[in-house]
Amino acid sequence: MVDSKRMGRRERGGSPSEGEGAGEGLTRRGLFRRLGVAGTAAALVNSSCKVQDGELEAPAVDLGPDTSGAFGLDAAPLNFTLDGKAVDTKAEARTTLLELLRLDLDATGTKVVCDRGACGACMVLVDGVARNSCMLLAHDVAGAEVTTVAGLGASGELSALQQAFVDHDALQCGFCTSGMLISASALLRKGGGPGKAAGMTAAQVEDGLAGNLCRCGTYPHVVAAVLSVAKGERVDRVPTERIALGEDGSKPARAQKGGAA
Amino acid sequence: MAYEPKPESRTEHADAPEWKLGKSHRKVDAMERMRGVTRYTDDIKLPGLLHCKILRSPHAHAKILSIDTSRAEAMDGVHAVVTGEELSIPYGIIPWTPDETALAVGKVCYVGDGVAAVAAVDEDTAIAACAAIEVLYEPLPAYYDPEKSLEATAKNADGSYTGADGKGVAINPYARRGNRSKNVVLEFGEVDPAIDQAELIIEGDYFFEGTTHGAIEPHCAVAKVEPNGMLTVWSATQVSHYLHRELAKVLERPANTIRVIQPPLGGAFGGKSEPFDLEFCVAKLAMKTGRPVKCLYTREEVFYSHRGRHPMKMKYRTGFTKEGKITGVAARTFLDGGAYSSFGLVTTYYSGQLLCAPYRFPAYRFHSTRAYTNKPACGPKRGHGSVQPRFAIEVQMDKAAVELGLDPFELRRRNDIGAGGETVNDFKIGSNGFLECLEQVEAASEWTERKPELGYGRGLGVAGSTYISGTNYPIYPNDMPQAAVQVTLDRSGRARVFSGANDIGQGSNTMLAVIVAAELGLELDDVRVLSADTDLCPVDLGAYSSRITLMVGNACMEAAQKLRRKVRESVAKRWEVPKKRVTLVERKAMDIENPEQSVPIAEAFQWAESDHGLLGEIGSYNTPKDRHGDYRGGTIGASPAYSFTAHVADVSVDPETGVVTVHDIWVAHDCGKALSRRIVEGQMEGSAYMGFGEAIMERHDVDPDHSGVHIGPSLLDYRMPTFLDTPDLHALIVEAPDPQGPYGAKEAGEGPLHPSIPAIANAIYDAVGVRIDTLPFSPPKVLAAILERQEKERNGELPVFKADKRGDINDGRRSA
Repeated sequence: MVDSKRMGRRERGGSPSEGEGAGEGLTRRGLFRRLGVAGTAAALVNSSCKVQDGELEAPAVDLGPDTSGAFGLDAAPLNFTLDGKAVDTKAEARTTLLELLRLDLDATGTKVVCDRGACGACMVLVDGVARNSCMLLAHDVAGAEVTTVAGLGASGELSALQQAFVDHDALQCGFCTSGMLISASALLRKGGGPGKAAGMTAAQVEDGLAGNLCRCGTYPHVVAAVLSVAKGERVDRVPTERIALGEDGSKPARAQKGGAA
Repeated sequence: MAYEPKPESRTEHADAPEWKLGKSHRKVDAMERMRGVTRYTDDIKLPGLLHCKILRSPHAHAKILSIDTSRAEAMDGVHAVVTGEELSIPYGIIPWTPDETALAVGKVCYVGDGVAAVAAVDEDTAIAACAAIEVLYEPLPAYYDPEKSLEATAKNADGSYTGADGKGVAINPYARRGNRSKNVVLEFGEVDPAIDQAELIIEGDYFFEGTTHGAIEPHCAVAKVEPNGMLTVWSATQVSHYLHRELAKVLERPANTIRVIQPPLGGAFGGKSEPFDLEFCVAKLAMKTGRPVKCLYTREEVFYSHRGRHPMKMKYRTGFTKEGKITGVAARTFLDGGAYSSFGLVTTYYSGQLLCAPYRFPAYRFHSTRAYTNKPACGPKRGHGSVQPRFAIEVQMDKAAVELGLDPFELRRRNDIGAGGETVNDFKIGSNGFLECLEQVEAASEWTERKPELGYGRGLGVAGSTYISGTNYPIYPNDMPQAAVQVTLDRSGRARVFSGANDIGQGSNTMLAVIVAAELGLELDDVRVLSADTDLCPVDLGAYSSRITLMVGNACMEAAQKLRRKVRESVAKRWEVPKKRVTLVERKAMDIENPEQSVPIAEAFQWAESDHGLLGEIGSYNTPKDRHGDYRGGTIGASPAYSFTAHVADVSVDPETGVVTVHDIWVAHDCGKALSRRIVEGQMEGSAYMGFGEAIMERHDVDPDHSGVHIGPSLLDYRMPTFLDTPDLHALIVEAPDPQGPYGAKEAGEGPLHPSIPAIANAIYDAVGVRIDTLPFSPPKVLAAILERQEKERNGELPVFKADKRGDINDGRRSA
């Protein structure tokens, strides 16, 4: 079956009391939940978990220990730092970090594209490391520092990297951009930081960003933007006139690349 | 022959464009996108928002015997369920082929066909409700091959069509000719004699396997019924106007009670250029529930909704004189259309009509037949309809060059159609920079020096192409403008542009800002572009056929120039100088002869507002109607202006593994005039990138052995090029200004894709001496061809390819 069932993304829209826990489709979140309740399916004690489909009902045999009241069935407290601000929230065990960010915390700069860790569009920095937020559970970042695209620059201003992306027209539709920026930030940090990675090569950038898909074909511009920041070519602020008129920076020399088999 | 533009150029003020046009600009919306604050469709949240999921067919072809939604409707958190019966009016992007419904009515035609939709408090509940809907299917025989599908239905004596074997049935419920979706035969000149009597005849069979758009943003739509009964639909679409029309039709509501808004878009490439089931579903569910409803496709659904490039089986015969001049071209093409028409009527024409340049065809026939199959419907993808046959034509050219012992550049030059002429199918060509495109890629790739030096396994290939800058006739016949823009100026020195055009990431809003800034002496920051909102903006037909720069650009130029005239007049009056001495530049009005005399632009606007009243002007554009053929179908594919492109690809082929590595692609493109250079370069690179992916990596198909399920509907299985795969792309802008375009501009978004695939195919031949006439050029296919050739070489049936350069890894670059 190819329908949407394989991909669960619970969104809350109605009043909080409505429909809570009604979801029992074959979803990733549902899977986590089902693992949690399999042992008690015969005698459901958790009222928020209704099994409505007879066929889906687990066999009436004891499959494991009694997990009633166990962690994971209800939202549990979660604390972490998001873009420099303390977050004190609650999340179910099955909630991915991507879902928490977009649905509960309104951090919509982070995008849903594949929800399978294949494209890099939902990347965030977790303690400085670029991670696909669709492949992390919300509780994985307990106590961590999470940075999304919105947290890359100082308030209201663009970081040097973001500015370089604008200068080099490293975005067309912009949907992959937040992930690209996160990946590139992590790469620059690893290389010593903006302006301190003069030795960085195009091949290293391509390698470092290989997990980020762009369908508009902006790769050469992204490489140029990242390298310009690595070399410290970009000051933090650029006068409007200069951006508008643009600069014809020459393209960086690039290493020969591997094949596309 | 140099082409002289007509003296009555559309550009009134030769001095105006210099201020902004042709520079590199920051996109007007770049800052918001960079900070992650741009609100794409899925970022919209509304109070009380419900979430919609669509139940999809697990069968490739089946009758629906019954649908029971009662269990789903009874579930907690489910607000409404809708099935096909409630949205049963058939629609289609092409008004002549309305052959699909928002949800299946009576039967399903491919795996993934929508059957029912649910609105619930959250996605999980909606998914669970979909699972609770009971659908009883009776499977029907499914067809996955266009020719077999055509054979499966037969015309009866009474003119009706039924299954030829007494069992099969026509796939599409609204089809009028069995499984034949469209058939076009057009012949120009005496084709068969022209080819039969040619000194060289090249024949080839080509197969283009389907590819899909793969826009990074999945399709998404949100609908809301306002308290006053107005229905608002936000959708990730590239054709808000057509969506508006189809919503009115299917929902049976007057169009003036519907507002369509296209929020910023995360890529489209043709994949969002018609209505999809989700837009009708959210609208209907919002009407039923009184609450806002959102639907976001999963990536898997994006693959199944498809509308991507048609698979085509193409048989080509081309005749040449011994000097390399084409004498005639004959093409027989089968298009695999999938379950619905989509743009298929047009695609079928385009598969022949768009190929008559840049080479002169003295005689030409194409016969294209589109068949329905039980697959996701095919439609337009960047380079609609002509990328597939362009592959065949350019490989035919390369085969001829080899046979004739001619350099492939020389062969192409000898057949150049030139500027200002007419194609064999009666399209009028305006400006033509094809020869310069050839020259540029030849020089940049060091073709002449390097090619003779390349060792076995390394090769260079060239290909050329042409494309349209919009089409002269709109999708639904009408005499109204194809594009319109309103521009207003305010007292603070700002301009607002209201445009119906869809910025899909290609930068069309920036293009409009550049024109207004250029004409009115503003910075781009001073121009606010509001686009693609049917309540606020004049009608534009949408982002397809590469029409926006030429059409909307012309409309915008007209409005901006009217305002420019008013402002200059008011300034001239106060300075008591002739109008022509006043220019608008650098946020001020300035006296050209006395640059000391100037006034800030805001003040100049205030003077003009005092004289003329509120400063608002409209501009509109309609296409010329005298530039096409006078025969049935002769308008389809005719354009105000044509772009031209040439590519050279530099590839390595590993003879041990069949792996093809593309090192560089040089792409030279005649866009008439680059209004914003870096954006044009981005379009050229993006096109070459996308074509490269189609040539080497991408396969969109279903598996008949697994009941028509997609072979890999995910971004891991469908292999889009990453940073590591993508070759170095070299964009070389060529400008042959066309009098039809604003400031001479033509398209740049689709044309540059066309030569990617044949240039790579021809380079593979140059590397290892094998022709791969079916896409993609995957390692097993390439390796098999190499082994076959080696076998023939051993048997003495073929000479040893590059015998003198075996074991030579020379890449043709001489060390200094």
